[in-house]
Amino acid sequence: MKENIFKQKHLLSIEDLSAEEIDLILEIAESFVEVSTRNIKKFPALKGKTVVNLFFENSTRTRSSFEIAAKRLSADLINFSASISSLKKGESLRDTVLTLEAMNPHIIVIRHSASGSPNYLTTFARSSIVNAGDGFHEHPTQALLDALTIKQKFNTLRGLKISIIGDILHSRVARSNIILHHKMGNEISLIGPPSLVPKEFEQMGAKVYYNLKEGVKNSDIVMMLRVQEERGSGNYFPSIREYRKLFEINQETFSLAKKSAILMHPGPLNRDVEIETSLADSDKSVILQQVTNGIAIRMAVLYLLKGERNEIIN
Amino acid sequence: MEEKIKAKVMDEKKMKRTFSRIAMEILEKNRNTDKLALIGIQTKGVYVAKRIKNLIKEIEGIDLHLGILDITLFRDDLHKQEQPPLIKKTEINFSVEDNDIILIDDVIFTGRTIRAAMDSIFELGRPASIQLAVFIDRGHRELPICPDFRGKYLPTSRRERVNVMLKEIDKKNQVLIMEPERF
Repeated sequence: MKENIFKQKHLLSIEDLSAEEIDLILEIAESFVEVSTRNIKKFPALKGKTVVNLFFENSTRTRSSFEIAAKRLSADLINFSASISSLKKGESLRDTVLTLEAMNPHIIVIRHSASGSPNYLTTFARSSIVNAGDGFHEHPTQALLDALTIKQKFNTLRGLKISIIGDILHSRVARSNIILHHKMGNEISLIGPPSLVPKEFEQMGAKVYYNLKEGVKNSDIVMMLRVQEERGSGNYFPSIREYRKLFEINQETFSLAKKSAILMHPGPLNRDVEIETSLADSDKSVILQQVTNGIAIRMAVLYLLKGERNEIIN
Repeated sequence: MEEKIKAKVMDEKKMKRTFSRIAMEILEKNRNTDKLALIGIQTKGVYVAKRIKNLIKEIEGIDLHLGILDITLFRDDLHKQEQPPLIKKTEINFSVEDNDIILIDDVIFTGRTIRAAMDSIFELGRPASIQLAVFIDRGHRELPICPDFRGKYLPTSRRERVNVMLKEIDKKNQVLIMEPERF
């Protein structure tokens, strides 16, 4: 029995987790995959606990997957949406969270465009904080669900080669994945135009390539990232047409990876910009499996955090 | 915590007799076996249930349904644990609705596992009845739960632990009382 490996009160980043903690989260998530095949998918594990979904940015899959995860564990859920809240009346983040805190929730799941906002919350909130994406920093549950999908395909999470392609600079998904795979000892190649893949990323233990064909060679995992127009990534290269020509993954470029390779994408897809439609819908693609696994990962995270009210750190 | 053996209370021969008696008693009490089904609680209860299933097959020639139940998500002490436990598999491939369920575990202690197991079964449907079979009853109940079939009543102290060892997983058939090593 693996006892007391998990030391976290919050889930703020992959950086905070040890390799053992990552393995444990995945192991528990795997049993939640089995649990999700049962006829009745609801369990009283978090009965009486309240989870707040605090989303300051748009989201489809992360938000609904946290919602399903919380409900399957019988927690009560409050969905907070920035656009219909008092934020519109000028309330600050701190005051908004303090107001919600006064209602004694147990877990706050936050997505915010400012990097580090989940960490900031831990300085004055007693709930367990879960980072559902903060600015350009991290998106830990995405990296964990990617890892679960990889583990299901390859039966291991070690000794693999992963290529991440696209706007690394603005991507919290990429950062979390780079950190996770570096901890697991996998080979990481980052591919994209120099403006979006600065050489500095090599300090995180990855190799940088500016040529798609060169970087993708012999990969086990090909992970595409979205061209994030809302973060202005379109300004970093001359035209979508040129980007597509150089960095779109299609049947031809994908064939340079290993035969057993899988294609991943955190979504939402820009079809025929970074990913060819026929490839996205092929049997190489595990994109929808990633979404399904998201529920199991988020159930595992909520289950491990238990919904205990914590001491304030300072 | 390190443990040492305090006493060996059953050997292979005794255990075999006790298993046969439990199987017989179940058949004696449930004359109509059409709606009878067994559910073993993870982990040891599953092996105990398998043995009872095989014995019933030997005695009466009937092959009863056997389900596997993991109660982790229904425990009442999840929030008290340092780290929530791993979750094992549940596999009940038959309907519990209107059936007579024999719930099986290796040891009954506080009764809280059985409470969780019953809650879990009721999520699946409304059984006609639930009966409880345990190999060892070690006392110290904290809930009004009493086994219908009991291999052996074994008064123990709270700090002790009863280890029902089965050849299938423990290489040996025997029942031991364990106690913490003193410093």
